[in-house]
Amino acid sequence: MIAFTINGRAVDLPAAPDTPLLWVIREHLKLTGTKFGCGIAQCGACTVHVDGEPTRSCVTMLQDVAGMEVTTIEGLSPDASHRLQQAWITEQVPQCGYCQSGQIMQAAALLKSNPNPTRDQIVEHMDGNICRCGTYVRIISAIQRAAREA
Amino acid sequence: MTKRLQPHTRALSRRSFLITVGATGIAVAFGGLLQDASGASVAPTVEGSYRPNAWLTIAADGTVTIMSPASEMGQGIMTTLPLLIAEDMDADWHKVRIVQAPSDAEKYGNPGFYGVQLTGGSESTRGYYNMLRLVGAQTRKIILASAAAMLNVPVSELTTEPNRVVHARSGRSLDYGEVAAAGALPDPLPQATDADLKPSDQWRYIGKLTVPRVDVPSKVDGTAIFGIDVQLPDMLYGAVLRAPVQGEQPETIDDAEAKAVPGITHILPLPYGVGIIGETVEATKRAKDLLKIVWTTSSRIRSYTSDRLLEEYRRIGRDLAQTGVSAAAEGDAQTAISKAATLIEVDYMSDHVHHATMEPMNATALVTGDTVEIWAPTQGPTGTQGFAAEVAGTTPDKVKVNTTLLGGGFGRKAEADFIIDAVSLAKAVQGRPVKVIWSREDDVQHGKYRPLEAQHVQVGLDADGNIVGWRHRIVADSIFARTMPQLFESEGGHDSVVTEGAHFNYAVPAHQIEYIRRDNGLDIGFWFGVGVGYTRFGIECVIDEIATAKGVDPVTLRLELLKDQPRARKVIETVAQMAEWDRQRDGRALGIAYSDAFGSHCAEIAEVSLDRETGEIRVHTVWCAVDPGIAVQPRNIEALMITGITGGASHALFEQINIVDGEVQESNFDTYRVIRMSEAPDIKVTVIPTPENPIGGVGQVGLPPIGPAIANAVARLTGGVRLRHYPFLPERVLAALNA
Repeated sequence: MIAFTINGRAVDLPAAPDTPLLWVIREHLKLTGTKFGCGIAQCGACTVHVDGEPTRSCVTMLQDVAGMEVTTIEGLSPDASHRLQQAWITEQVPQCGYCQSGQIMQAAALLKSNPNPTRDQIVEHMDGNICRCGTYVRIISAIQRAAREA
Repeated sequence: MTKRLQPHTRALSRRSFLITVGATGIAVAFGGLLQDASGASVAPTVEGSYRPNAWLTIAADGTVTIMSPASEMGQGIMTTLPLLIAEDMDADWHKVRIVQAPSDAEKYGNPGFYGVQLTGGSESTRGYYNMLRLVGAQTRKIILASAAAMLNVPVSELTTEPNRVVHARSGRSLDYGEVAAAGALPDPLPQATDADLKPSDQWRYIGKLTVPRVDVPSKVDGTAIFGIDVQLPDMLYGAVLRAPVQGEQPETIDDAEAKAVPGITHILPLPYGVGIIGETVEATKRAKDLLKIVWTTSSRIRSYTSDRLLEEYRRIGRDLAQTGVSAAAEGDAQTAISKAATLIEVDYMSDHVHHATMEPMNATALVTGDTVEIWAPTQGPTGTQGFAAEVAGTTPDKVKVNTTLLGGGFGRKAEADFIIDAVSLAKAVQGRPVKVIWSREDDVQHGKYRPLEAQHVQVGLDADGNIVGWRHRIVADSIFARTMPQLFESEGGHDSVVTEGAHFNYAVPAHQIEYIRRDNGLDIGFWFGVGVGYTRFGIECVIDEIATAKGVDPVTLRLELLKDQPRARKVIETVAQMAEWDRQRDGRALGIAYSDAFGSHCAEIAEVSLDRETGEIRVHTVWCAVDPGIAVQPRNIEALMITGITGGASHALFEQINIVDGEVQESNFDTYRVIRMSEAPDIKVTVIPTPENPIGGVGQVGLPPIGPAIANAVARLTGGVRLRHYPFLPERVLAALNA
């Protein structure tokens, strides 16, 4: 049994210690906002925060988060009120939307450490997150809006 | 796709308007009821009992629940189509709830696209547009008739405001909810004709920038439910180890270690691989890695090597003795070309490309006796019913398909292979649902790639540089031969989706298009833009090559060739103005391309630079002007152009599937390179609505011009170095520079 905290809730799971955190979150805890994209940390769709750090949950094993705090898109704000979520709606960022949980979690970590990023800093920080619908220009606009309206 | 059934929109069949009890929608579409202050929202189930037709219900509180018949794969269709009904029934958009329609082609099939539920070809809005507006107009007439009876006044004295019937003479009014609660449906139901449609100057929702997409709020907080997110009681997980080469089968299966993985319940041979069922997703993945299979080696695909075949296709394209089927012929192009003063003769080619939808293939199925229920991110619920019935040994009417949101489609999710997986495994565990999830490696290596193709283009010019004849030979395998064999046969072996886009609106006196099929057995499929994605690459680059030969500006030449096409001229003039076409850039150059595909006019200009040491192209900014006729949702059209341009740049610069001896060499995003934020251009879009024109498609319209715009920009930057092979890999660019 491995215990950790997810979105403020303590959990203790019987899954094998080397189960990818992604599948623990999605299929054991049924928090399906975190997505499976590649399984090898190449696309960022599975990004969550582990003790505040943006982390690819597909290559993080359950045993790696023992005693730690995991935050998923469902825990970013209680009611989609995080300024990035609001900016995402205002800028109408998502198309298919599948990658957007990971994009928002990745962006949230940026704004936490750097509340006023330049465009180049945004691009550098977000470059590991693929969007196959190519919404990159609107993602940049939304992050800039969220930073501006903070 | 070019083959379209006649839309039967003028005379709506009475049948589709019968009050039905089956339209209950699906319960899994969204995690919760989402409220969005700025407009309609999405809902899991239908509310209300006042049901004027199969498309909507009205509840006593005025909530209008509208069915969305098409698959939402990112294009915004779940907003666009219900909005058309809402417009003409005069619904209050804030009171509208949208439910994904069940699989039922009779009620919800696209009248402009084979009458089925199949989302593709940029055909949804075009195909449903008139019918759904008529549904809205008819609904309004029904509501008015109900209200007239309630108020005891003639229908002719009634008008509507959003969600309200007004009797001005008496000062009385009824909310749609009040009509729904106490009104009776008129018998017979009034019918609607085009005369009942709201004039465009009275539109409240069509063409407005202020209507946001209904699916967006659920896509920022994790509540949107895609196929892979489906959770059902007692659900098992499935994985499939597929043969490494298409057409092979397991010869011997050593599953001793795989079976020993805790949680594994079944390992079963399939005609194309080995299925694994287990209690957890991680167990199925582990077991899959432990399977030891000896595969058959008899598949003809083992001789498929894409590099070699493309070279062969190119040779065939150039060898005019090898004839194919005529895809179109206007005038005598061959004779005109043989007498031309100047001959431009070039080859354009493109490698296989993969969809790589962010959501890998997956489906969930439950088989109970002769009934099947499926939850899947499918573009084709109607087709899914048929394929699932075949696997389960039942009939399509016994198959219920719940279409979830799609994490990207691009044509890949019109296929049935992932559905067949789920049904095959669920059949083995009757009464328990099985969710099959492909790995990304499965997804990349077992795709339905866009055809490998070579084009040979010959253009004859007279002494003044005027085009006298245009001959376009396309060498590729067929998509329709596999997916729509009857259509392929009926068109005499012409695959109209492979040659799609070869026919253009430039004024040329003689034009001949030939299709030469090479049947090499590999399953190839519909990709974003399908044929247009490469035919316009050839055409638009050749237009620039003609401009160079003639010594005229590429914008000027296009405007000349389109002098009778005011809409085309307008988008070209607009984009040239946006990009400041005539302004010289230091170290950068502009290239233009235009497309009239899918019934819309789109012109794009790309600004590029080039690292001559590495051969890497950088696309800095892309300007786009698009005229889609009626622009139902202009802001979403802008988003779709961004998607087409970014995705189109991705495939023009990077994307490539290599097949060697039948085995796909790429496997994941580390080897199948797609565009990332640091490589994506900035994009400026101008939407030019022309509501007096027929509605055009928009989903794929942004893609075709971007590749040739980049190639044309590189040629202008380098004094004429031509890139004629997708993708423009650095080594190919260097080879062209050094040629």
